[in-house]
Amino acid sequence: MAITNLLRIAFLALQRNKLRAFLTMLGIIIGVAAVIAMMAIGEGSKQSIRSSLSGMGSNMITIQPQSNEPGGVRLQGSSIQTLKMEDITAIEKLQSKNINGLSPVVSTSGQAIKGAYNWPTTITGVSPDYLNIRQLKLKDGILFSEKDVKSFAKVCILGQTVIDNLFPDGSNPIGQIIRFKSIPFQVIGVLEPKGQSNFGQDQDDIVLAPYTTVQKRITATNYLQSIYASATTEATSDAATTEISDAIRESHRLTSAESDDFQVRTQAELISTISSTSSMLTVLLTVIAGISLFIGGIGIMNIMYVSVTERTREIGLRMSIGALGQDVLMQFLIEAILISITGGIIGVILGVSSAYLISYFLNWPILISESSIVISFIVCAVTGVFFGYYPAKKASNLDPIDALRYE
Amino acid sequence: MEQKILDIHDLKREFVMGDQTVRALKGITFDIKAGEFVTIMGSSGSGKTTLLNILGCLDKPTDGSYHLDGVDVKSLNRDELAGLRNTKIGFVFQAYNLLPRTSALENVELPLFYNKTISADERKERAIKSLESVKLAERFDHTPSQLSGGQQQRVAIARALVNHPVMILADEATGNLDTRTSYEIMALMQELNAEGKTIVFVTHEPDIAAFSTRTIMLRDGKIQKDSINTNQRSAKEALASLPESDDY
Repeated sequence: MAITNLLRIAFLALQRNKLRAFLTMLGIIIGVAAVIAMMAIGEGSKQSIRSSLSGMGSNMITIQPQSNEPGGVRLQGSSIQTLKMEDITAIEKLQSKNINGLSPVVSTSGQAIKGAYNWPTTITGVSPDYLNIRQLKLKDGILFSEKDVKSFAKVCILGQTVIDNLFPDGSNPIGQIIRFKSIPFQVIGVLEPKGQSNFGQDQDDIVLAPYTTVQKRITATNYLQSIYASATTEATSDAATTEISDAIRESHRLTSAESDDFQVRTQAELISTISSTSSMLTVLLTVIAGISLFIGGIGIMNIMYVSVTERTREIGLRMSIGALGQDVLMQFLIEAILISITGGIIGVILGVSSAYLISYFLNWPILISESSIVISFIVCAVTGVFFGYYPAKKASNLDPIDALRYE
Repeated sequence: MEQKILDIHDLKREFVMGDQTVRALKGITFDIKAGEFVTIMGSSGSGKTTLLNILGCLDKPTDGSYHLDGVDVKSLNRDELAGLRNTKIGFVFQAYNLLPRTSALENVELPLFYNKTISADERKERAIKSLESVKLAERFDHTPSQLSGGQQQRVAIARALVNHPVMILADEATGNLDTRTSYEIMALMQELNAEGKTIVFVTHEPDIAAFSTRTIMLRDGKIQKDSINTNQRSAKEALASLPESDDY
């Protein structure tokens, strides 16, 4: 029989029992809405963690000194002086396609002073690449140049917190001179505010200067606290890590028997650790919502069974006027699928709108992925077929003689 | 009008119940020609219902042959039987068997839904024509609960006609109706018969049988009497002779 006829027959049959059809649908509606809303919340929180982490530079690679236990004594990382400018040169010599930024980091804390105001902060000596690696942006002014690096220029770039404290009157800091550990620095740039990091650090309490200036004029050292690099993409960060490791091992003349005296870490590792936690949350929420969808499916089966029994005479009549067993099977199957798909559509609408309501009223981050909609919709249709099949099969196997006389 | 619509030869039907065999039909032979109005009568247990099920292609004989409009029913499978019921037989039941909460028009359309060759437009057109022929043209959109018993049975007759069957098979079609309404239904049946429809009417009421052209009496699974009704009663006249009732 033509599919349009079947659809019409099933539709008419449902129309005769609107309330019951709706109540059956309700299980599916709630199930689908719950799956979509839960996944939106789970994915949303995952996404927000991810984006704040990658705000710190998702391709970022940090190289820190680490004790290789000379004489069995482990030393604190910052007191180890194994990272040198030679290591930077060694990495630069690789000319690797996987690495697109490299900066030494030398930092020291102290008091920044401007006129009557002062502020305890940290000055970080870096190369111009550092801004790209950390995804920092200049709000105003200019970046120091390679020439400034070579000439130990006394120039600096300030973060918003430092500016707020040294220039509370709101005057333009560009071109002004501040003092750090009695060395005068000219302010040439201002960074865009970044706010707090995930770990509660104020990312705007920062003074950047050429690393040569910090090394020669303030700390009077020649070692580096750490090296920051960035991989061209998140995908190449593993390859970049290996290349950097090899280059530094060579430059440190470590034999294959000796362990690394440094540590290379990528941001990607951190991201995957943290997002695995929230993935677990998503899975948990989805499983709970999936169970309610399953219960909705059982509801369909229940009602379809009742419906087949209640409509035994109708089935007998349909068969006596020429319906094939297959027609009856399809009719009940299509009824079940119509219920579940209509329920699915309403559920998707309800789920999406409740996700938006949650994000609006509770300010929770949400992310509605197409896949969650597609998956719950497919699950819905499958539920309809699966739970509708047995009642439909039962109906189609009825003997028309018995069915016609069923009381 | 010599074409045989029904041709039954030595028809037997046996049911196995546990270790007993119940012989419901013990060898029945008769044929029905186009344009006949046959009533099949018999008391309960005479094999009437079994014969009806076989005539309606709902059941198959154990032995003997049954040809409906030239088709050997015995050789058909379940689906082919359904196809035959759809195109050759129009059923009218005692309990009407209309779909509840469904309009008269949609009830009449129902058999055509199971006929692939008929388009939606044709389906509707034929259903309307069919309802007109049972004089229910103004009640297309009424649901069964909004119709009287007689009107419901007329919708059922319209449904039986809509497929242009070779035979209308009525099972105690007047059993649930009062005398006046029964006569109205029989008048309608006679009209349809006059238009050339072949009608097989199963009943146990002798006064209903009087409206037909031929009566087959069954008893204990055999034909007791097969007689041409030379003195066919007109249902219209019978209706006119009924005393006026106040409540209609």
